[in-house]
Amino acid sequence: MKNWPLWEVFIRSKNGLEHRHAGSLHASDAKMALENARDVYTRRLEGVSIWVVPSAQITASNPEHNGEMFEPAADKAYRHPTFYILPDELKHM
Amino acid sequence: MSNHLVQYICGIADNSLILGQRLGELCGHGPSLETDIALTNISLDLFGQVRSYFQYAAELQGDQSSEDTFAFLRKEQEYRNVLLVEQPNTDFAYIIGRQFLFDVYHQLFLEQLQSSSDQTLAAIAKKSLKEVTYHVRFSSDWVIRLGDGTEESHNRMSAAIEDLWIFTEELFSCTELEKEMSNSALGVDVSLLREAYLNRVHAVLNEATIAIPDVKYFQKGGKQGIHSEHMGYILTEMQYMQRTFPNITW
Repeated sequence: MKNWPLWEVFIRSKNGLEHRHAGSLHASDAKMALENARDVYTRRLEGVSIWVVPSAQITASNPEHNGEMFEPAADKAYRHPTFYILPDELKHM
Repeated sequence: MSNHLVQYICGIADNSLILGQRLGELCGHGPSLETDIALTNISLDLFGQVRSYFQYAAELQGDQSSEDTFAFLRKEQEYRNVLLVEQPNTDFAYIIGRQFLFDVYHQLFLEQLQSSSDQTLAAIAKKSLKEVTYHVRFSSDWVIRLGDGTEESHNRMSAAIEDLWIFTEELFSCTELEKEMSNSALGVDVSLLREAYLNRVHAVLNEATIAIPDVKYFQKGGKQGIHSEHMGYILTEMQYMQRTFPNITW
């Protein structure tokens, strides 16, 4: 148990469209990670689909670089599709 | 017939009740957070099934009985669980071994009980089968991991299977009551499950590189209410609150 790698768990809920990060757990391999995720993160019917990814496979952005990475997007209203009216049929695009 | 049906239902439920109780002892004591939750989840699954069975039995009995009186107020010899589920949580290999040897039987049993002419029993069996299918998967996986693992895990898993094997035959010895129930299409003839059981168990043990035990004499008696010494301790703990504070409610 001491050298079991860490896995990140993503769950899609029954009415959801995307998998959301639910937490992490330890397991020796992918099959065990899936079953552990089922036992730990879906026991209250939080979801109906599970993805597990070794934490080491995830590359995350560095918070120290938040300035150059994300602030420039804050004042560019012309990038948002808000200037025309969507028909009702397309509301979920 | 109704009284026999109640007894029969108790026999089925008692296995899950005592096994659930054994697993409940592990709450907070599992080898890892994930296995702790997995095993106690299984315990909850089993108790859920027990509630369904006992609620039905209480309804059939028609007197003041409730699911709680069935679960907590019977005397030791009135419980009809097999000896296998009484065995202690010696170590993780024993916990997994006991679970595996019961789960394979439980799945085969429920597959048959689904066809019971009693609608309620059939419905309980159908619902329980989904839970038990996962239990089989969980326990089989661990038998293989421990068996085909390190030298220590292999030795412990082999020892556990070797020790618990003597309790497996009882699962397939039909009592008079079971014969009566299966003849009237209400229950299951468990003697017919033996072959499939051995095939499935052998397949997993082979993959786990664990030798099939060679046992000539098997233990039994649980179905007749003659239990091992463990049962006294299990019931003392399980029945303590109900007996100390009669009619206690939450």
